[in-house]
Amino acid sequence: MYKILEREDLVPGIHLFKMAAPAVAAKAQAGQFVVVRIDERGERIPLTIADWDKDEGTVTIVFMEVGATTARLALLEKGDAIADFVGPLGVPAEIDNYGTVVCVAGGVGAAPVAPVARALKDAGNKIITILGARSQDLLFWEDVLKGVSDRLIVTTDDGSYGRKGVVTGPLKELLESGDKIDRVVAIGPVVMMKFCSLTTAPFGVKTIVSLNPIMVDGTGMCGCCRVSVDGETKFACVDGPDFDGHKVDWELLAARQRIYIDEEKCAYEEWRKSHAA
Amino acid sequence: MAKLNLNRVEMPRQDPRKRGKNFNEVALGYSPEQAQEEAGRCIQCKKRNCVAGCPVEVDIPDFIQAIRDGDMPEAVRILKSKNALPGICGRVCPQESQCEETCTLAKKEAPIAIGRLERFVADWERGNVPQAASSPPARPRPSGKKVAVVGSGPAGLTAAADLARLGHGVTIFEALHVAGGVLMYGIPEFRLPKEIVQAEVEFVASLGARIELDSVVGKLATLDEILANGYDAVFLGTGAGLPMFLNINGENLNGIYSANEFLTRVNLMKAYKFPEYDTPVKVGKKVAVVGGGNVAMDSARCALRLGADDVYIIYRRSEVELPARREEVENAQEEGIQFKLLTNPKQFLGNEQNWVVGAECYEMELGEPDDSGRRRPVVKKGSEFVIDVDEVIVALGTRPNPLIASTTVGLETTKYGTVVADEETGKTVKDKVWAGGDIVTGSTTVISAMGAGKRAAASIDEYLRG
Ligand SMILES: Cc1cc2nc3c(=O)[nH]c(=O)nc-3n(C[C@H](O)[C@H](O)[C@H](O)COP(=O)(O)OP(=O)(O)OC[C@H]3O[C@@H](n4cnc5c(N)ncnc54)[C@H](O)[C@@H]3O)c2cc1C
Ligand code: FES
Repeated sequence: MYKILEREDLVPGIHLFKMAAPAVAAKAQAGQFVVVRIDERGERIPLTIADWDKDEGTVTIVFMEVGATTARLALLEKGDAIADFVGPLGVPAEIDNYGTVVCVAGGVGAAPVAPVARALKDAGNKIITILGARSQDLLFWEDVLKGVSDRLIVTTDDGSYGRKGVVTGPLKELLESGDKIDRVVAIGPVVMMKFCSLTTAPFGVKTIVSLNPIMVDGTGMCGCCRVSVDGETKFACVDGPDFDGHKVDWELLAARQRIYIDEEKCAYEEWRKSHAA
Repeated sequence: MAKLNLNRVEMPRQDPRKRGKNFNEVALGYSPEQAQEEAGRCIQCKKRNCVAGCPVEVDIPDFIQAIRDGDMPEAVRILKSKNALPGICGRVCPQESQCEETCTLAKKEAPIAIGRLERFVADWERGNVPQAASSPPARPRPSGKKVAVVGSGPAGLTAAADLARLGHGVTIFEALHVAGGVLMYGIPEFRLPKEIVQAEVEFVASLGARIELDSVVGKLATLDEILANGYDAVFLGTGAGLPMFLNINGENLNGIYSANEFLTRVNLMKAYKFPEYDTPVKVGKKVAVVGGGNVAMDSARCALRLGADDVYIIYRRSEVELPARREEVENAQEEGIQFKLLTNPKQFLGNEQNWVVGAECYEMELGEPDDSGRRRPVVKKGSEFVIDVDEVIVALGTRPNPLIASTTVGLETTKYGTVVADEETGKTVKDKVWAGGDIVTGSTTVISAMGAGKRAAASIDEYLRG
């Protein structure tokens, strides 16, 4: 069992758990993920590692309530424990001194972007971070991202905070500004990563995205997580999760994320009924 | 000499019409009377051909004699001294090509039903011996040596059991959240109840082996780190868990699964109990399973039980070449699985929402024998036709996962990704590292993996006592 040492409700529907997982913490690197299972009846879901502390033996995850499993997870309190916490999985993010890197975070993507931005900054890069949310009340970790960035731009879709609009607006301006941008890292919902990639493509700036297909084992044994990159089938859990955004087949990824839409609805309903009772 | 009794006692099974709708065990096992009767047929040959046919050399005539004498605890003792997993082997071993093939009565086409008797003894023990009493004899004197076993499938469990019995400190590292390997995630409940697998895993643990779940070697710790952490030897039994695909058009459509994914969802994650269990699986109405081995049969029979109307096995050779256990092919046929033999997919067709709607196939014919000695299937030109389907399960076989080999210095692998190890001892070219089971041979059988685990354990013991 893996104990929840701290719990923080970041914004409505998005929560942070700091987990006791010393072995995972000892090996974690930016860009990797864990597979989590709540209990005997639970499903295995991947969550990107948002932070870790080797000395403390802790790993931090941030998740959004989107279905039955994450809703069940959100009910757990500090002191509770979950059955499984497997990791660190996936290939770590590529870290090097590229020059100037624009990190784009959309929604819950603010959490997984943070360690990547930090590692890139430690490697000597200048970091410009664009943090986007639908509205101010869904915005979190502005302070964390500010701490790992040379410059932070915040956008909200409704203009309730920062610049009004989506993240691709400032991204395009930066690319057009004539300042040299050496790399873009985009983490967030599929549409957001897709449009970031479409935005950077004409400028020929390498764009790394972190893909989040449905997974089961997270170790390469099922093929559930297959994605198409440059016309080749890859298993996101072992070949990724990071890929070149200009080569990803976004339609396929979006379609495959919808495989269990009916079942997810059914499970969520069941859960709500039983939870109300 | 007494007259030979050639009436092999049949084992009762669930009615095919009923069992196609539930996940309960198909074969029901012998009653004590049936077991007595079958055991009574054994002629106790001087030359023990059956033992020679068993990869772990169970003293078959002796445990059968004990059944005959009504001394069940003795039967259990004899069986378990060679085989830590009898309840499993009795159910899934291909006895027809092992002990029962070499049984003297096989010449009369009535070999003793050794597998059914083995199963009977194991089930008797589970049903009659309280856990405490079945606990193994006193622990041997600790050798002071530590061995890491990577993977808890039949190879790893067997190696761990033998090494623990010899007094070595054994830790099993398993990537998944339960121990058992393919026995838990692959082979379905109706063929091998998970309770039985777990009882046998507990037996191995009771011998003194520690089991660390959720431990992906190569990620959480590399093999070299394990060695550096004070382990004196390592046994790699990580199986062949990487699914192969056909690499044809449309294979990433929604509704197309690898057999590994489909079976893992159904068996390990218990998707057949969705939504009581959280993991979903798509329930197709017309399901095509590509392949002809045990994995294909298991996938087809799971799809049927989940509620499919039509389930097809698409196999590119003919019936005689089907690699699955004979009994499972017959079970599948009885349950109404439809065999589309000499058929091979060309591509999968999808709709606008990316869901699979058809499998376009070629008709095949058999040509000249290939390297495997089987006649090579060749495409009949212009024979394409479409089978309407809403789910496809690709059961083409698996290869070893490269995770460990790619993170370890000095391990030799073949072009198929299997780890090179000595056949007799399981020793790899890397110092202190042994390997056995599917990781070395590619996908084979439970018992051959166990045999490899056993031989490696003996070799590791010899090395540690040096
Ligand atoms: C659906 C299906 C049906 C079958 N039916 C039969 C049958 O009827 N009869 C028969 O004899 N054989 C059958 N087989 C074959 C048989 O199950 C295998 O040959 C046997 O299980 C191989 O044993 P193993 O111990 O080598 O590997 P596995 O059983 O594959 O076990 C390997 C274990 O290692 C773990 N592992 C892998 N990588 C790592 C890592 N990096 N770190 C830690 N742990 C790791 C895996 O999670 C797994 O638990 C079947 C196989 C399948 C898939
Ligand atoms: S999640 Fe199973 S292979 Fe990637």
